[in-house]
Amino acid sequence: MPYTLTIDGKQVSVEPGTTVLEASTVAGAEIPTLCHDPALSAVGACRLCVVEVEGAKGPVASCAMPVADGMVVHTQTERILTSRRLILDLLLSDHPKDCLTCEKNGACKLQEYAYKYGVRGPTLVGHTRKPVVDRNNPFIERDNEKCILCGRCVRVCHEVQGVGAIDYAYRGFDARITPAYDEGLDQSPCVFCGSCVASCPVGALSPKLEKMTGRSWEKTKVPTICPYCGTGCAINLLVKDGRVVGVEPGDGPANHGRLCVKGRFGYEFIHHPERLTQPLVRRDGNLAPATWDEALELVAARLSGIKGRYGPDAVAGLSSARCTNEENYVMQKFMRAVIGTNNVDHCARLCHASTVAGLAAAFGSGAMTNSIDEIAMADAIFIIGSNTTETHPVIALRVKEAVARGAKLIVADPRTIELAELADVHLQHIPGTDVALLCGIMRVILKQGLFDKEFVAERTEGFEEFARSLEPYTLEFVEGITGVPAGHIVRAAHLYAEAERATILYTMGITQHTTGTDNVLAIADLAMLTGNVGREGTGVNPLRGQNNVQGACDMGALPNFFPGYQRVDDDAARARFEAAWRVDLPRKPGLTVVEMFSAAARGDIRAMYICGENPVVSDPDIGHVRGALENLDFLVAQDIFLTETAALADVVLPAASFAEKDGTFTNTERRVQLVSKAVDPPGEARSDWEIIMDLARRMGYRMEYRSTAELMEEIALLTPIYGGIRHGRLGSDGLQWPCPSVSHPGTKFLHKDRFSRGLGKFSPVNFIPPDELPDDEYPLVFTTGRVLYHYHTGSMTRRSSGLNWLCPGAYVELDPATAERHGIADGDAVKLVSRRGEVVAQAKVTEGIRPGTVFMPFHFAEAAANVLTNPAVDKIAKIPELKVCAVRVVRAHLPGAARPDLAAARTRVQTIREGIDLRKVDEIYEGFEAREGILIPMLQKMQDVYGYLPRPALERAAKLLRVPLARVYGVATFYAQFRLKPRGRNIIRVCQGTACHVRGSRDILKEVTSVLGVGPGESTDDLRFSLEPVACLGACGLAPTMMINDDTYGRLTPRKVRGILDKYK
Amino acid sequence: MRVREMGLLLFKCCDKCTHFGEKPCPDFVKCRVLGPVCHDNPGCRELRKTLAARVRREDAPARVIVGMGTCGIAAGAGEVFDALQRALEGAGVVATLERTGCIGMCEQEVLVDVVLAGSPRVTYGRVTPDMVERIVVEHLVGKKPVAEWVVGEILDETRPYEDLPFYSKQHRVVLRNCGFIDPENIDEYLVHEGYVALSKILSEMTPEDVIEEVKKSGLRGRGGAGFPTGMKWQFTRKSPGERKFVVCNADEGDPGAFMDRSVLEGDPHAVLEGMIIAAYAIGAEKGYIYVRAEYPLAVSRLKLAIAQAREYGFLGHNILGSELSFDIVIKEGAGAFVCGEETALLASIQGERGMPRPRPPFPAVRGLFGMPTNINNVETYASVASIIRNGAAWYAGFGTEKSKGTKVFALAGKIKNTGLVEVPMGTTLREVVFDIGGGIKDDRKFKAVQIGGPSGGCLPESLLDLPVDYESLTGAGAIMGSGGLVVADEDTCMVDLARFFLQFVQNESCGKCVPCRIGTLRMLEILNRITEGKGVMEDVDTLTELATRVKELSLCGLGQTAPNPVLSTVRYFRDEYEAHIKDKKCPAGVCQALTSYTILAEKCRSCGLCAKVCPSGAIEVPKMPEGEGEGEGESGEELSGRRVPRKKPYEILQDRCIKCGACEKECRFDAILRR
Repeated sequence: MPYTLTIDGKQVSVEPGTTVLEASTVAGAEIPTLCHDPALSAVGACRLCVVEVEGAKGPVASCAMPVADGMVVHTQTERILTSRRLILDLLLSDHPKDCLTCEKNGACKLQEYAYKYGVRGPTLVGHTRKPVVDRNNPFIERDNEKCILCGRCVRVCHEVQGVGAIDYAYRGFDARITPAYDEGLDQSPCVFCGSCVASCPVGALSPKLEKMTGRSWEKTKVPTICPYCGTGCAINLLVKDGRVVGVEPGDGPANHGRLCVKGRFGYEFIHHPERLTQPLVRRDGNLAPATWDEALELVAARLSGIKGRYGPDAVAGLSSARCTNEENYVMQKFMRAVIGTNNVDHCARLCHASTVAGLAAAFGSGAMTNSIDEIAMADAIFIIGSNTTETHPVIALRVKEAVARGAKLIVADPRTIELAELADVHLQHIPGTDVALLCGIMRVILKQGLFDKEFVAERTEGFEEFARSLEPYTLEFVEGITGVPAGHIVRAAHLYAEAERATILYTMGITQHTTGTDNVLAIADLAMLTGNVGREGTGVNPLRGQNNVQGACDMGALPNFFPGYQRVDDDAARARFEAAWRVDLPRKPGLTVVEMFSAAARGDIRAMYICGENPVVSDPDIGHVRGALENLDFLVAQDIFLTETAALADVVLPAASFAEKDGTFTNTERRVQLVSKAVDPPGEARSDWEIIMDLARRMGYRMEYRSTAELMEEIALLTPIYGGIRHGRLGSDGLQWPCPSVSHPGTKFLHKDRFSRGLGKFSPVNFIPPDELPDDEYPLVFTTGRVLYHYHTGSMTRRSSGLNWLCPGAYVELDPATAERHGIADGDAVKLVSRRGEVVAQAKVTEGIRPGTVFMPFHFAEAAANVLTNPAVDKIAKIPELKVCAVRVVRAHLPGAARPDLAAARTRVQTIREGIDLRKVDEIYEGFEAREGILIPMLQKMQDVYGYLPRPALERAAKLLRVPLARVYGVATFYAQFRLKPRGRNIIRVCQGTACHVRGSRDILKEVTSVLGVGPGESTDDLRFSLEPVACLGACGLAPTMMINDDTYGRLTPRKVRGILDKYK
Repeated sequence: MRVREMGLLLFKCCDKCTHFGEKPCPDFVKCRVLGPVCHDNPGCRELRKTLAARVRREDAPARVIVGMGTCGIAAGAGEVFDALQRALEGAGVVATLERTGCIGMCEQEVLVDVVLAGSPRVTYGRVTPDMVERIVVEHLVGKKPVAEWVVGEILDETRPYEDLPFYSKQHRVVLRNCGFIDPENIDEYLVHEGYVALSKILSEMTPEDVIEEVKKSGLRGRGGAGFPTGMKWQFTRKSPGERKFVVCNADEGDPGAFMDRSVLEGDPHAVLEGMIIAAYAIGAEKGYIYVRAEYPLAVSRLKLAIAQAREYGFLGHNILGSELSFDIVIKEGAGAFVCGEETALLASIQGERGMPRPRPPFPAVRGLFGMPTNINNVETYASVASIIRNGAAWYAGFGTEKSKGTKVFALAGKIKNTGLVEVPMGTTLREVVFDIGGGIKDDRKFKAVQIGGPSGGCLPESLLDLPVDYESLTGAGAIMGSGGLVVADEDTCMVDLARFFLQFVQNESCGKCVPCRIGTLRMLEILNRITEGKGVMEDVDTLTELATRVKELSLCGLGQTAPNPVLSTVRYFRDEYEAHIKDKKCPAGVCQALTSYTILAEKCRSCGLCAKVCPSGAIEVPKMPEGEGEGEGESGEELSGRRVPRKKPYEILQDRCIKCGACEKECRFDAILRR
């Protein structure tokens, strides 16, 4: 039953639970707010949104007040307007009036309301805060003086981002928002997502990159999609004078206003001076500028020549997961229709080829079954082989949201990744043992009858054989293979199977194995076994790595599929494409990425056309890749930078970046979204589709598209799952395929009542060890992955000075035991050697990795992890085993070490110098029976032990309690009892209560000060005494009073004080 | 001398007794005091009787009882206790040496009671260790009280010291055991009708009955806001939640208040019993007591009491064999006044900064860890058992129409009888301050009574006949608050007092909402200006306007009441503000910048001490006219054992004086006048 309210004389009906603010907005009333953000919890701090509610004692903060039926509200009475003016007056009395130079001018809410309410300046003047500006990081400037303490940044950092880099500290007028210890954001766990900046209503938080680039009203906002990972976050490019000068989060269906650091601040590459601005042609061994005519004529002639001499299959092309759908479509069409080969592939081969193969076999469709939004609805989330916070930061937020709501989290990863710290159970298995682990879990579910019998009976086939195949996977057996304790496996099985809605998220940790397809099949089996497919909030959800890797697959940039996963060896499908494209098409599937390089090395492939890929860094065993490329007769690279691959090319074609063209990207949840041109490409650079179209024409094939929208019409015609996609239909929310017709609303989750293939198919899988196992010579397991601050081979992110500052280079994660065995300390240079090569990087010794496993991110060309990796591939999907190989480690010399971790170093120094035994913190922690609400009691006990709260002890406590250090610091500075600096052995507390005040406690305080020479809050130099006035000791009957340590003294006179103090001297 | 015996009432009379701490007997309480109940055996009955009598010390030929509340200890009760122990041993006296909580007469601390078998309880006040010997020798050995040190004789514990005005107007419900039982011994609580109410509700009443009874009693929250307790319990009972909590707000932060402290130190089981009854009524399994860490004695006595209650089966699983399971955890505050606000208190228990949040939702709906939570303060819980035991009608018989029952007040400041009193609601301020409190110390002139701490107001002499109840106080611009009464005399500057409270509030504001964080600072700045002599008359209007808005607009009770001391002093003591602003004078001589020191020529003995201590050299050696001051003057006086020549009085050079007051402190002849 909705409630009816009268607001400013207007009647409105709203649902119970609505706030008065929301109801007022419905009624058309304009209510000013500063601390309110509908995406965050209501705190009612700024008091600007006050309204009058009839019957209430005083003004009511409408943002936090729920409606009641029959409520009568007045939002604009004179009393309310005066109140709001006073709030603004008070805020302005402690706010710099430098709108002339403030970056926020024109977009500042305080300024806007001051104008609207006619508050010209403060009438009450007084003390103001000292300005403290934190600008020691590349992206965010924090100006404490402008902060109005609305706390939106704190809430967004905790509630949405789940990081807690900043928090309230101190209290009263001294209260401020700060990282722990009032340090800079660079010393905090801040991930620079910029959410705080986006939420700040005033100029306290501003993006440094946008400084002096123009006023808000001078910038045009161009809505588009982020060019980084597959999440598909909506962004607005801020454009001024033909340049992208900033990025704002967009309110898209995938991100709802959230972004990560790359999306928010990683846009410098767009106008980077190293952008390719004109075609380059190799002359006398060097790449030299050329005209488009020269370059394209050369490419057309050489490709035609090689095709003529060696046949079309001597040519291969790589399309790009970073280009639009339209461009991928054009690229594969070019390879198939113009060259006449199916030798077209792209980097999805290296990431989710096994997903496509495995899920197609099990369900009939190789994509994420459910939507990003649904992750937050799940009751259990099983993350396996995905470091989601680093690779898909915005999706990880949905995981954190679910966990905060009470969802269970299971994380399977050899490393203690961030989400593992939040998990109910962390399965730290040996890399490459996923099948065994999953079979172990499924066997528990089966044996304990936790499976969904009805679902299995009605919706699946192959169950009997599958069930039998699990027999060998007893807990002992699985524990032996995976190294995961049996108890953990049982717990994971229960958490997953007993949830009403359980979802599985995975990425490369599952797919990049010689058993990648088996891994995916096992995951599909697990989901079907428990009936967690085809319902909201469930599913099997492979998170795609690149912005348009889903689209590139959908568009048929694959050697065996036409667009829409129509097989090239399916005669009917091929006939359709032959008719549409007016050519004969090859029936034989082409070569995959890894096969292409082998063929090139053998001389079977003579020419390659690489569009927007950098295999020299991204592919396994890159020594081999480089050799293969050098062996080609002709190499064309089309890119926005002269990548390591492009540097080897005979012709380099300058392409447009995402900001410079139109089209669509399809994100990981199958959502086709519009990309819009914001600026012109630099120099002579052109969109990839235009270049390829031009080239096709020069090679005698008519390709004439006037726009990408027109291209999409052709795609829709030939691709059933995109049948209803038109640019005009996409709007701001896009459409999720399958979308077979122009009236179809798109599909939120797949396999609702039936699987794409009819019945879901159980596949028995068997554990097969990785291709290369550790031995005496190479005793360690090597695995690779990503970091938050970089993307893929770094061609874009490593051209951002800020991202490089935050993550300057490669590192190797080692467990402490392995490090010690090899005499390696944190920060030392180490050399990793595999059968294929060696790299040098800085060691990062951490307890967060499985003993015997070493990890390295693969973004860094100068220390490329893929020098080491094994090119052995999965039999079916042909995906290489990037996640496991064998290495050994030795100490090495590294020229120019990376930025040392100052905070950690300082902690070590303080711990040693002040003789702090941190084990006591652990003992205190262990001493509590329950973990609920023990932060303050822990700090109290710590203070009893150490006499004050040393920083290393606070850090340890924060870690044990899993509370951000900034929050612990905020608590420690809030309560008067806590001291962060060493204090005297005798604590003198002089009562400052009312009774003592009227009976002369001022004189007592003065006397103590003069006898000991310490002021209130200070300690004597020899640390014998600390003077700490207290609000009231509660012995008022004997005022004035004081306490020294635990002894209370009353009826004091200055003379008496002198005598008492003497006793303690 | 005999050592205290603990756990006497846990003794089993015979094998028939089935009571264990883990598996308690429903009749336990009745059985131990009046029992046995389950079987009839003369031997057992005799044993029970003997044990109960032992607990009551009926067998002791002599008892010596020392008041060991914090005030007592602050006054030196520890040393007195030790001295008594030595003296009793030395004299070979057979007597029990006991400790008890605060009986209320802070002014008379250290208090020592002597009870000889068959005689009334004789109380000695302001006892020092050197008085002990005589008390032992004359009273305990010689059976003759030392009359000159006796404060009074107690005949009836419920109305102690009938002859003393301090007690004659009091009605002790909450304080009924304070100062009479040993708070560290649960047996003593039990023989004083302890846990009888708990037994009664568990065996005779449904949770709804309990709520109804509390509602009928008219009990209202003694933390200050006065919300009807029974209604609060009912809301919490009716709120759906997986689990529920009972929280005791013992974060007595008001400077000048010590009621809760005294109850916790003097009768901790009364609070526990109230909480257990509340837990039964609302359906809670866990309770928290949030107590100030500045009260170490209260904390340790609470811990002891909880441990004893668990041992006896009053806390834990299946309390007294019933379905009720409930346990209590102590959370020590960490020094933040705002944590007395209920939502801040809950945040603090959860390990967060004590920052209040908007209500609704009220804690009864969404409280601790998001669950329905009942919060009452110490005094409220301590009233509950008596209400259940004696019935709602009995309790409602005290007080006024809307404010029922009794209220405990802490008397402090410039009053003769500082201490703790409990009076029926509706007693007038005059009765409290003059009849009970004995009037102003050193017979100075009464100026104001500050009631309710930083949230309260300052009431002038004209309002002394105001009855103390929720409505009357609010009407006068003060609030009941928790019950701190600080009396101010003519030497107290009301502007300075308002400034004192604002400084306090500004220090304690959590910083969350704008009016409290910035508004109170701006108010403080205006008051600072006025006390420094830099004020203008418009400041008073600005102050009043600002105070009114801050009151309306602040998020929580702290900010909403913070302006009360300012508003009430402007309302009742405007003349003092005017004196500061217009005449640049502080009538009480408190505000340093407006104070001047002069030497009264007629009192000055020219000793020179003042000149010696003056840090700014503002006191001059008087210039001697020619011929004078040589040799010994006729009226030269004995000073420090030697004859000094008579000199002219010293003088203070006003332009050099920094008004530190050092001279006044040093002068032995009261010759320095502060104005």
